[in-house]
Amino acid sequence: MKKTKLATTWRRRAALAGYLFILPNVLGFLIFTSLPVLASLVLSFHKWDLLTPYRWVGLENFRNLLVDADFWKNPFFSIPWITDCPLEHGYLFNTLALMLAIPIGILLSLFLAVMLNQKLRGMVLYRTFFFLPSITAGIGTMLLWMWLLNSDYGIINMVLGNAYDCLSWMYDGVRNVTGWFGGELSAWPKWYDVRPAWLQEEAWAKPALIMMGLWGSMGGMNMILYLAALQSVPPALYEAAKIDGAGAWQRFWKITWPMVSPTTFFIFIMSIIGGFQGGFQQAHIMTDGGGPAGSTTTIGFYIYQNAYMWFKMGYAASIAWFLFLIVFALTMFNWRASKRFVHYG
Amino acid sequence: MDELTTLSRQRAPIRLTTVLTYVFLTALAVTMVFPFVWMLRTAFIDPRDVSVSPEKVGGFLRWLVPASFPHTKNFADAVEAVPFGRAYINSIIVSSLVTFGQVFTSSLAAFAFARLKFPGRDKLFLAYLATMMIPGSVTMIPVFIFTSQLPLWFDGALSWLSGSSVTLFSHSYYMFQNTYMGRPVGLDSYFTLIVPGMFSAYGTFLLRQFFMSIEKDYEEAARIDGASTWGIYWRIMLPLSRPALATLAIFTFMGSWRAYMWPLIVTYHEDIMTLPILIRSFQGQYRTEWTLLMAASIMHIIPLLIAFIIGQKYFIRGVRIGGIKG
Repeated sequence: MKKTKLATTWRRRAALAGYLFILPNVLGFLIFTSLPVLASLVLSFHKWDLLTPYRWVGLENFRNLLVDADFWKNPFFSIPWITDCPLEHGYLFNTLALMLAIPIGILLSLFLAVMLNQKLRGMVLYRTFFFLPSITAGIGTMLLWMWLLNSDYGIINMVLGNAYDCLSWMYDGVRNVTGWFGGELSAWPKWYDVRPAWLQEEAWAKPALIMMGLWGSMGGMNMILYLAALQSVPPALYEAAKIDGAGAWQRFWKITWPMVSPTTFFIFIMSIIGGFQGGFQQAHIMTDGGGPAGSTTTIGFYIYQNAYMWFKMGYAASIAWFLFLIVFALTMFNWRASKRFVHYG
Repeated sequence: MDELTTLSRQRAPIRLTTVLTYVFLTALAVTMVFPFVWMLRTAFIDPRDVSVSPEKVGGFLRWLVPASFPHTKNFADAVEAVPFGRAYINSIIVSSLVTFGQVFTSSLAAFAFARLKFPGRDKLFLAYLATMMIPGSVTMIPVFIFTSQLPLWFDGALSWLSGSSVTLFSHSYYMFQNTYMGRPVGLDSYFTLIVPGMFSAYGTFLLRQFFMSIEKDYEEAARIDGASTWGIYWRIMLPLSRPALATLAIFTFMGSWRAYMWPLIVTYHEDIMTLPILIRSFQGQYRTEWTLLMAASIMHIIPLLIAFIIGQKYFIRGVRIGGIKG
């Protein structure tokens, strides 16, 4: 009897200690995460500009989001109730288009990791070089890319212009030679001289951001994750394949690719989840607030505009919740699918 | 190993694929690093040399490295134009305190989740895991409203208590000998920049995983010697998990150093802005002064590089343990 009493006191004291230890974190968690999630759900059923009293509007915000042409307009299908929209593409499309960088980036990261995984000297040095852009990511590298992409004095357009001059000069030489023998070659087309205004041009702003994104991430976290995955592939597999006469290409697709598929899957899902929320900082710093003509406005930036520029708190909250539902669905899919599609060695 | 050394002594023939690998990797490394070289060049030349063409200055090399190089005045000019020094101090204060707070609260909670038994523990941990997928923009809106209203609520409560109208929290100028100190709470305050960042489900998760992997023998021995729970946490768990703490610290510091959206929406006064926000406002005023902008960019990047160099080992290990933080 006495023993059990002692045990309960001891257990109670241990429980008390446990609660005290998590208390600071749980307080922060309640105030800054779990209550705000509920608050933003409640907020999404209201109209509030922070100055005048808030007003319950039911599902109106979500209804407005469903018919928001700026959000939905896309080149693939037309939505009947969306008639008039000055934008070329809507913000959902912009977000998805910028996510083109994800598959390209994954392939490049894997490629780099395979190259670095060879037993050669100096690989750590190369790894550090490739890692540099993702270490320094932030406003510094964004300003740097604005400068590289500058339409008049940017180095990228300078190189493009010089390449054009050089090629057309060489072509002129060829033309002269053929001219001596009576051949008539057409002139070097002027439109080969591509020097877009990048971030100021609707058609080129997204490719420019994708290019910067690839530079920033291909040698970053993903490459490190791939390197770790590659190092855990048993070398015996490769040796056996070699003995069986498999070439490098076959060894890659039949051994490496399946063995790193859990990593690929993880990176892919995490990048997509991140991609849906991304694009804010680029839009705010590099393209004058999602320009030109709204072509780099992503969902994340649209939420920012609504909440902190136009003070439509309720509408912003409803878009944020829509985003949350997408992320939630993807995470659920991740849990289910990782069992089915991924090969765990 | 012996076989390898004898082989190398015999001068193994240099393979073509090896040479090609090196050529390719070098070309790629140059492409990756070149933008930084260009940034340095731009930051260290006279603004007038930015827009000239090679033909005008007579020669490619003269153009590449102009006579004005190294023109260090750009940094002085940038610092003179806006309060960079203050922003640096702000960023260091905010990032350090956020890092310290996050490592402290996360390690406390992680210890409880990993080692202490109390009712509801596993459910709570699941709730933590679940919140890791909530987009920041969902929670940011209510937290912004909450922090912006906080001074009004505090003053309202004080007015109600004292019976007279109090504006202690909601008036905007708090000076200490000509230095703006920020408000105590609400927008434009260190409190708002720091406190919401001090709690992290991700950090708790990371440290819990590490604590779980520590042998229980140490703490059982300590228990027998009469150590308290706090003693076990402070004297055994923390020292044993130094690598994990360092990993979390370096991730948090770098994340906080480049944090953009939250500091952007909660700061209006120049003297309370963190470095990225001040650079952004600087960019708005000097949009074509590329030499100054590159100088500012370098100022933002250098602490990140230093943090990486100090914690490189932990950083790369951390990527492997924890994956990426969304």
